[in-house]
Amino acid sequence: MASTAEIQSGLAEILEEVAGVAPADATPEKSFTEDLDVDSLSMVEIATAVEDKFGVAIPDDELGGIKTVGDAISFIEKNQ
Amino acid sequence: MGILEGKTVLIAGVLTEASIAFSAARIAQEQGATVVLSNFGRAFSLCQRIAKRLPQEAAVVELDVTNTEHLATLADRLREVLPEGAQLDGVVHSIGFAPQEAMGEGFPEVAWEHAATAFQVSTWSLASLTQACRPLFGEQASVVGLTFDATVAWPVYGWMGAAKAALESTSRYLARELGPDGVRVNLVAAGPLRTMAMKSIPGSKQFEEAWETKAPLGWSVTDTEPSGKAIVALLSDWFPATTGEIVHVDGGFHAVGV
Repeated sequence: MASTAEIQSGLAEILEEVAGVAPADATPEKSFTEDLDVDSLSMVEIATAVEDKFGVAIPDDELGGIKTVGDAISFIEKNQ
Repeated sequence: MGILEGKTVLIAGVLTEASIAFSAARIAQEQGATVVLSNFGRAFSLCQRIAKRLPQEAAVVELDVTNTEHLATLADRLREVLPEGAQLDGVVHSIGFAPQEAMGEGFPEVAWEHAATAFQVSTWSLASLTQACRPLFGEQASVVGLTFDATVAWPVYGWMGAAKAALESTSRYLARELGPDGVRVNLVAAGPLRTMAMKSIPGSKQFEEAWETKAPLGWSVTDTEPSGKAIVALLSDWFPATTGEIVHVDGGFHAVGV
């Protein structure tokens, strides 16, 4: 089981790799679309990378409800 | 022994595990084929991740069908990833795009540039992709594309629907010209499936509702396997005298009235 801090840093790595987001910007309150300029195609890639890294699948129906970095962290935490 | 044993196929347009093309790629591998995938731009890295989720990881080549250099160099780049001396026995064209401006309501108001993009990416590319692959074809090859029954006008599908109608015609012209070279060209007309392509169509939910109530066999909007199986069947030697055809994989929706 990854700790919250490990999830946050792992997610920040994914965000940098997929969408070019600077790790310092990937803080929990940030909105993917509004603050980090992540579009729906990148969100799908992020979800795929999350599954590869943490073994947590994010179903399509849930993906729409994940608005912020913090939402993603808590989803991974709850489902790992 | 699988029906694609010893065959090599290029599957263009895999994006996610929900893609029809992903299902085709998986079943093709299960049936013995060597599979190469293609995608481009930002979808390329996602396609590379998804390629690892196939039973055997597939090579991914970059192909933007609007890029003439990509098309011109495709055969050489495929040779680099294919087994030594391998021919290409099949091509799956799962490529379509229309700008948001070209879909939804307001069909007569759409500017040519938006409609043109839909035709270039979704229609003309069946011909250009086939042509780009011809140097690798042996005595027999099978090209399979994907349409959405274009004999009628749908709500919200807009110029994508017109592009699909032209795709159906393009498939027949290719079948006519390439038949003497042993190339079969066919389309699968799938019912609505919750792929990225469909989710990008505004108001596509109404298709799901229509299919669920009308398709005689019933219809699952999340099950891409029936379409994948049909694509693989058309790639195989089991339709040796079929070309210019459209196989409906839609639960029978097209065959009934209300």
